Amino acid sequence: MRDLSLHLMDIIQNAITAKASKISILICADRESDLLEIAVKDNGIGMESDFLKDVANPFATTRDTRRIGLGIPLFEASANRASGELKVTSKKFVGTEVKANFKLSHIDRLPLGDLGQTMEGIILAWPDIEYDLTLDNKNVRFNFNSTDIKKRLGEVPITQFEVIKWIGEYVNDGVKTIFGGILYEILS
Amino acid sequence: MKSLAELEEIRKKTLDQINLRTNSQDMRVVVGMATCGIAAGARPVMNAFVEELSKRNLSNVAVTMTGCIGICKLEPVVEIIDKDGGKVTYVKMTPEKVARVVAEHIVNGRVCAEYTIGEADK
Repeated sequence: MRDLSLHLMDIIQNAITAKASKISILICADRESDLLEIAVKDNGIGMESDFLKDVANPFATTRDTRRIGLGIPLFEASANRASGELKVTSKKFVGTEVKANFKLSHIDRLPLGDLGQTMEGIILAWPDIEYDLTLDNKNVRFNFNSTDIKKRLGEVPITQFEVIKWIGEYVNDGVKTIFGGILYEILS
Repeated sequence: MKSLAELEEIRKKTLDQINLRTNSQDMRVVVGMATCGIAAGARPVMNAFVEELSKRNLSNVAVTMTGCIGICKLEPVVEIIDKDGGKVTYVKMTPEKVARVVAEHIVNGRVCAEYTIGEADK
């Protein structure tokens, strides 16, 4: 994967496959502790503890097209390359949380990438799920919640192309406001 | 800076359009977006569809995504399904190819044969 927003897209789809109705995404960058954290939490069906133990193994997968799954192992590899780690916690019938952290200033830490595009794609494909995105730099926070947006829209569907494009730009404005000058790849 | 006021304007504008048209979706664009598709560049392809369709005001086309179709080496894969269920599979898509597929296939009904899966194996 070229950037973190692509990893996020992949992990969010795992949550959707697990029948989540609400997915919370938190991205927190802290210059002081030089740490970038990404967490994706869902209220899906969760995993059995046996499967969870083996979840970062590329040969552990639930899909039936073939016997490998690379989403989690690739995300973990990206975290490890930037002196970070990945943790998955899950409880059957309650939900799953995938957390990855990165040394923010590490030369191999992937750039955040186009988070707006990720949100556009996911919301367009699965509009009925509630998405809650929080960006945090330990001073200021930005929040985007798809249910709030739907309330504002009334009868206009959230999948309307103009709305989807607005969402992408709104999220990327949030990224610039919160992470500009904090993540090195984003100018303030 | 995008504001919520702007969203309100979009809402008002599109509300009028919605009242004018029937809500039938004539076509579906399905983008393969599993790990393999994402890594191969499926996300910009999906966004290019949104961009092109919205430019041409083609609100009767739905854009969605699916998991791994099983031909990872040909990703990004896009299926275009018409209202009778007829399906055309495009492979190794790029945002540039999307512009052509929208203009020729979706608007004018002519399949871009050289981008299809049938051509890829030759």
